[in-house]
Amino acid sequence: MPLDNPSANTRKYKLVGTRPDRQDGFDKVTGRAKFGADAVAPGQLAGSILRSPHAHARIRSIDTSKAEKLAGVKAVVTRADFPDKTAGDSGLFDILTNIMARDKALYEGHAVAAVAAVSPAVAKQALKLIKVDYEVLPHVTDVDEAMKPTAPVLHPKLFTEGLAEKPKKPSNIARRYEFGHGDVEAGFAKADIIVERSFKTEATHQGYIEPHACLANVSPDGSGELWVCTQGHFMVRDYCARLLGLEISKLRVTASEIGGGFGGKTTVFLEPVALALSRKANRPVKLVMSRDEVFKCTGPTSSASIDVKIGVTKDGLITAADATLRYQGGAFPGSPAEFGAMSAFAQYHLDNVRTIAYDVVTNRPKQAAYRAPGAPMANFAVESMIEELAHKLGMAPIDFRIKNAAREGTRSSYGPVYGPIGLLATLEEARKHPHFKAPLGPNQGRGMAAGFWFNFGGQSCVSLNIPVDGTVTISVGSPDIGGSRASMCLMTAEELGIPYEHVRAIIADTSSLGYNDVTDGSRTTFATGMACILAARDAIKKLCQRAARMWGIPEEAVTWEKGYAKPAGANAGNFPPLSLKEIAAASGGTGGPIAGHHEYSADGAGVSFATHICDVEVDPETGATRIVRYTVLQDAGKAVHPSYVEGQFQGGAVQGIGWALNEEYVYGKDGRLQNAGFLDYRIPVCSDLPMIDTKILEIPNPGHPYGVRGVGETSIVPPLAAVANAVSNAVGVRMTELPISPPRLLKALDTVSLAKAS
Amino acid sequence: MSGIHVTTKINGDEVQFVCEADESLLDVLRNRLGLTGAKEGCGTGDCGACSVTVDGRLTCSCLVLGAEVDGHDIGTIEGMAMGDELHPLQKKFIEHAALQCGICTPGFLVAAKALLDHNPEPTETEIRFGLAGNLCRCTGYDKIVRAVQAAAEEMNSAKKIQQKVA
Amino acid sequence: MAKVTVWGSLRSQTGGQATVEIEARNVMELLARLGESYPGLQPTLKRGVSVSIDGLIYREGWLQPLQPETEVYLLPRMTGG
Repeated sequence: MPLDNPSANTRKYKLVGTRPDRQDGFDKVTGRAKFGADAVAPGQLAGSILRSPHAHARIRSIDTSKAEKLAGVKAVVTRADFPDKTAGDSGLFDILTNIMARDKALYEGHAVAAVAAVSPAVAKQALKLIKVDYEVLPHVTDVDEAMKPTAPVLHPKLFTEGLAEKPKKPSNIARRYEFGHGDVEAGFAKADIIVERSFKTEATHQGYIEPHACLANVSPDGSGELWVCTQGHFMVRDYCARLLGLEISKLRVTASEIGGGFGGKTTVFLEPVALALSRKANRPVKLVMSRDEVFKCTGPTSSASIDVKIGVTKDGLITAADATLRYQGGAFPGSPAEFGAMSAFAQYHLDNVRTIAYDVVTNRPKQAAYRAPGAPMANFAVESMIEELAHKLGMAPIDFRIKNAAREGTRSSYGPVYGPIGLLATLEEARKHPHFKAPLGPNQGRGMAAGFWFNFGGQSCVSLNIPVDGTVTISVGSPDIGGSRASMCLMTAEELGIPYEHVRAIIADTSSLGYNDVTDGSRTTFATGMACILAARDAIKKLCQRAARMWGIPEEAVTWEKGYAKPAGANAGNFPPLSLKEIAAASGGTGGPIAGHHEYSADGAGVSFATHICDVEVDPETGATRIVRYTVLQDAGKAVHPSYVEGQFQGGAVQGIGWALNEEYVYGKDGRLQNAGFLDYRIPVCSDLPMIDTKILEIPNPGHPYGVRGVGETSIVPPLAAVANAVSNAVGVRMTELPISPPRLLKALDTVSLAKAS
Repeated sequence: MSGIHVTTKINGDEVQFVCEADESLLDVLRNRLGLTGAKEGCGTGDCGACSVTVDGRLTCSCLVLGAEVDGHDIGTIEGMAMGDELHPLQKKFIEHAALQCGICTPGFLVAAKALLDHNPEPTETEIRFGLAGNLCRCTGYDKIVRAVQAAAEEMNSAKKIQQKVA
Repeated sequence: MAKVTVWGSLRSQTGGQATVEIEARNVMELLARLGESYPGLQPTLKRGVSVSIDGLIYREGWLQPLQPETEVYLLPRMTGG
């Protein structure tokens, strides 16, 4: 790997690129599909979790005796039931500490104890009987406040990494990162115009509609089963086994249908607790989060505070770019600050660039990945400045972007030199798009932004089986969040040369397949899809072997073409082609069942770029912003099922629109989340939006046999800046803080009118 | 604990159940009757994933008590297809890729059917406001709106043909 | 000898050098020798890294061969949503 496949450019596909119905559609439109909370086990108990009401508190003691005595309570667990088995792995220890508080509660909602009882009502009653003695400590929730030397320190053993010298005192700054090349000071000295600004973005939640849920069943012999909605059931298995001291092979995890993840279901929260309760009660235990718990106790993304400085010459060449990014990632290290720093300027060709990032801890829930983690906030800051510089230069923002765009041979802001990339293609296509020339009405503004994301490959394992009727099943280990099973079937059918309808994909449990990485990093259609193609090629080899046996000729004398085995050349003999179905029908007598397999670690995902155009209309009376028109242009390498590629573009864009306009975690002075519900944490609804126009570009990725590139994440990167630029252009004030909620916009408008009046 | 006995009709069939006074209709459907098509996304009436109809009226089943539906007609996603024939909305949702993860889909379908029952020829704006009580985080709503438009068109042209025949 | 460039904040662990030369035939050897030569890099290496080889990013590519002229960049371990 990567597969070098020059034919990807010219290959004509029969199925890849078409839009057949997804096969799991029937179950999903009839209510039959089983999600996390839909499973039932005989004799199951209801679990419930007691959570800290305080943002920061020492836990002096926990008394569960009264709860244990309540009729119907079968198990109670606390920190005492989760001994440290992490063997010095600090990341795993943080997960352990996050699923059940140890010496301190580090945020409002931090789990402190859990109960399993005969009904949810009894479990809730039992929680009220647990007495926790808290010593409330000072807290901090804002990233800039948390970095001050006077801030309350969350972890007395946390010393900043990445400094020239180890600091003498602990602080909330976990790590410092620096990237870049050239000499930014020299670059600024060459600039005619330098602009410098600070930006802030609020934490947003992935907002999947399905709350976390699982059903655990541990037997006295130490074997266990877990049903769970997750982006990666192998990840869940490995974490749970390590945290609880179970043998990995004895824990069988089945991924339910998953009701959205967007990065938020790439770790464990409930699962080890459910297993611990089940082990103690010796009964199946179901744990389901409420929406309130999802907001308070699972991972939103980081909030950020970013300074950007860019210098340009009069004729519009960027001479230097510098940014400092501060991301708080909640109560534990691990905010995606480094990815913000690496991606901030990745769309530009820069001789002198530097980004410095700080990963900061605060008394908020441990952040989890959210679609292109770390990139959208950095892109908002940088693309806002690019727009402002273009105005200052009197250049069209798109021309300024094209002039400075990264291209093949550009040294990226994070180090390596780019190979062929699709950024210019998206920018040029944007310039040609009718959206760009459409007239704007009163109070309307247009903005644009270009964005970048890495994508990766990762580990995949696929098994393919061919029953005697010549249909095909593929077992994959990547949970399907957005229709990936349809893409897997398309690629498998394409490779085998059989109809799409003859292939069926299932998500196999952890005992049926080798390890598969989580469905994240835009990897599934790329990496697991490539594993399907290679498993199909493995099966083809065997199909040819069987045909050879049926004909009594050597294997090498058989080729595979469009679903048929054929003798290769005149010397092989003159046999009529054998279809996959005919070979399958005879399989019992020619060597047994026919299967294909592939396991590997896929690399060569290739980086991804997108350009977004956005029109808004601002109501100067109310401060409300309405999206009037929106267009996404993105390189997909090769769109396997274009409808679901468009869906990724549209969904990512709308999540970004929500981030830009409405969504934010609002904390009170008491360190408690003020808006832990969909009424007050307002994600975009249908009536907020227009249709989201999409343009799929196909610049083949040389790292995939069909040229496929991951598409899931990049679409959330440009919208923050595209929307903010559109609003800024509509009202004539640069909006530097997200979300641009009505109160914030009215305040900005007031400042302008006051300035004008004076 | 003393249960409340309730007699109701669900998707046309008479159903009896016993529930607690504080149990929502959603809990009854999911936990007592095995009808898990309605989903709990929030429990506070904000997301619409639990949408059902009560006497034809679109309702969040998480906001209604099980005890309240005695003598009423409940419609859920499980009753939407006609035998082995999917409802046009169900077909169009699949055809138009109007679902990604699918958790919100049952609620959207119930809401869209309620909309078309009351307004068979809605404009795009009417569809968008008609479905504003249902949250979808995957699709950006574009393909959902298109699927509802396509279903409405198909249902209306089928109706016109029927009228002509009659 | 492969030339490896480390990101800015790791330079304090490589005596201020942006690029260091390591004798290695593949990524696995490279990471092992990098840790031996610059023990200050150990915590970062232990947490996991990605490497870019001639512009292509590898997260698990331990066996990727390295040529003397190969441009290698050490990068934080890629994650995604």
